[in-house]
Amino acid sequence: MIPTTHYLFLSLALFTIGVVGVLTRRNVIIILMSIELILNAVNINLVAFSRMFGSVNGQIFAIFIITDAAAEAAVGLGIIIAFFRNRETVLADEMDLLKW
Amino acid sequence: MANGLLPQIVFYFFAALAVVSAILVVVSRSAIHSAIFLITSLLATAGIYLQLEAEFLFVVQIILYVGGIMVLFVFVIMLVNLDVSLHQLQFNRQWLVATVLAIVLGIHFSLPLWLDRGVVNLPPPSAATMQPNSEMIGQALFQNYMLPFEIASILLLVAMIGAVVMAKRRI
Repeated sequence: MIPTTHYLFLSLALFTIGVVGVLTRRNVIIILMSIELILNAVNINLVAFSRMFGSVNGQIFAIFIITDAAAEAAVGLGIIIAFFRNRETVLADEMDLLKW
Repeated sequence: MANGLLPQIVFYFFAALAVVSAILVVVSRSAIHSAIFLITSLLATAGIYLQLEAEFLFVVQIILYVGGIMVLFVFVIMLVNLDVSLHQLQFNRQWLVATVLAIVLGIHFSLPLWLDRGVVNLPPPSAATMQPNSEMIGQALFQNYMLPFEIASILLLVAMIGAVVMAKRRI
């Protein structure tokens, strides 16, 4: 039987990798993908605790988080397409229209 | 789940696959490679859900994440892909500081789990089986979580309209 702590460590590793991706990459699409990694890490935690307590509530929350991830990806990619049409770039540090 | 070596082999295999492909998502140069490694990572996570007896979530992960969200990502990458962006710098100026700080954050989170592993003693996985999984999730979703479920549907509607409006050429 695998202890719950191992799931937490796996989730933590994925979360840290996602944070590194969000903070260091310049390509906005890869930043969005790193956010998906972070949400996925949270889901592993929820499902592991759901297994630990023998209750299905954690899996319900994981479903809601997947719904949020879908909404976030749709809106984020819409913003990226709109921005790319205006500025011909997908790099985060060239997105400085609001910076004077 | 049967007490044996097989669940452990399955878990550590999928965990290693998920972590390695997540690292490759962050370090690979081209966005399309990142997307493919992210698909691998999500599929490995789906395997872990299956090992945790969350069969419904396993199917939802594959259909929704891999089949829906990642197809959207790959589509947008094809749409905005620039060959010049491959020759540009992939990491920003503060990448070293950011990486060090993120790893410090990870160590900070893992230390209490590691040092107090004899003290905290999370209970072992419950003996209660969550079978039939889809039926239980359906009942919980339509009884206890009815209002959040409806709010999630409104959220999806708003996101859909927002995405269409933002990607439209002229409003």
